[in-house]
Amino acid sequence: MFDLIIIGAGPAGITAAVYAARKKLNCLIITKDIGGQAAWSGDIENYTGYQFISGPELAAKFEEHLKQYSIELKEKEEVTGLSSVDTKILIKTNKASYESSTAIVASGKRSKLLNVPGEERFKNKGLTYCATCDGPLFSGKTVAVIGGGNSALDAALQLIRIAKQVYLINITSRLGGDAVMQEKLLKADNLTLLNDARVTQVLGDKFVSAIKIKKADKEELLSVQGVFVEIGLIPNSDFASQVEKSPIGEIKVNCRNETNIAGVFAAGDVTDVPEKQIIIAAGEGSKACLSAFRYLMQKNI
Amino acid sequence: MVKKIKVYSTPTCPYCTRAKQYLKDNNIDFENIDVSSNQDAAQEMINKSGQMGVPVLDIEGDIVIGFDREKISRALGI
Repeated sequence: MFDLIIIGAGPAGITAAVYAARKKLNCLIITKDIGGQAAWSGDIENYTGYQFISGPELAAKFEEHLKQYSIELKEKEEVTGLSSVDTKILIKTNKASYESSTAIVASGKRSKLLNVPGEERFKNKGLTYCATCDGPLFSGKTVAVIGGGNSALDAALQLIRIAKQVYLINITSRLGGDAVMQEKLLKADNLTLLNDARVTQVLGDKFVSAIKIKKADKEELLSVQGVFVEIGLIPNSDFASQVEKSPIGEIKVNCRNETNIAGVFAAGDVTDVPEKQIIIAAGEGSKACLSAFRYLMQKNI
Repeated sequence: MVKKIKVYSTPTCPYCTRAKQYLKDNNIDFENIDVSSNQDAAQEMINKSGQMGVPVLDIEGDIVIGFDREKISRALGI
């Protein structure tokens, strides 16, 4: 029986764990990976204290900080169920079951799929959801970035330095995301922006060779060797079936990170907190842990 | 028996870093191949693994795609 189980080890989960360690809670972290989406980010220039740091570097710093404390960590384990029975929180994973007095859901978000023919077949065969990881393999090639928000702009910014030609395929009539990033991108000679365009198919033989796009009811074939899907994210909240969520599946929390279930807290991108940022997730993680601590004190656990 | 290990990686991929750290933690020597700066090596990796995601580990012919700790341990017998 744990005092606290933290689900996820991104900025929110790791920060919660650091606070839990300092409160000497008997704490377990269950997570698929370490660093969460932060580990997949390109350049980070808005995390206070670092004028510039790459995603993998910041994630490594988080992990280093976490490992200062002896916190039990189950990595590569996936939570499949979370329920509240009497005053206990029961957590099931693909490997085991655990009991705890409190839980913090900090399981973040995952990439949304295109849901077009060819996507599954060409995954890692030219189609990828991580420009930071796989971008360098497309040096000198022609690639397409699908999306129009900050993560698509970030991917495109990384790729204009690597690829020969980058198409940015945006489904709406104008780009979203930060103006600073848009400006940098639109100055690049090797970037072509296609607004109001939708990808309908990914084609190839062993590897991607083209995508089909639909623009103003006309279909056209773009010859590309790489496809970077950056069309947004969905919350990893399916396992928390008793927990109240927003229509898009984000866990509803109040300003103390409490959910509708006593003893279950949530933090970071998996929640309906306005704005999804690394620094916000980290702050929310600390808040959630302090709330869980307060709850344990009040219950005299 | 010491197995010959190649790790195909990019400097920016978190799972590459973790895979290499895992080998280091187990005192296992390996050759790191940065496919972002070596096109021939990138092609070699694609030919060996039939895909383009990093990391790829070549453990004396056993090809492990991604940081799959269980497969790596099995291939190494640790």
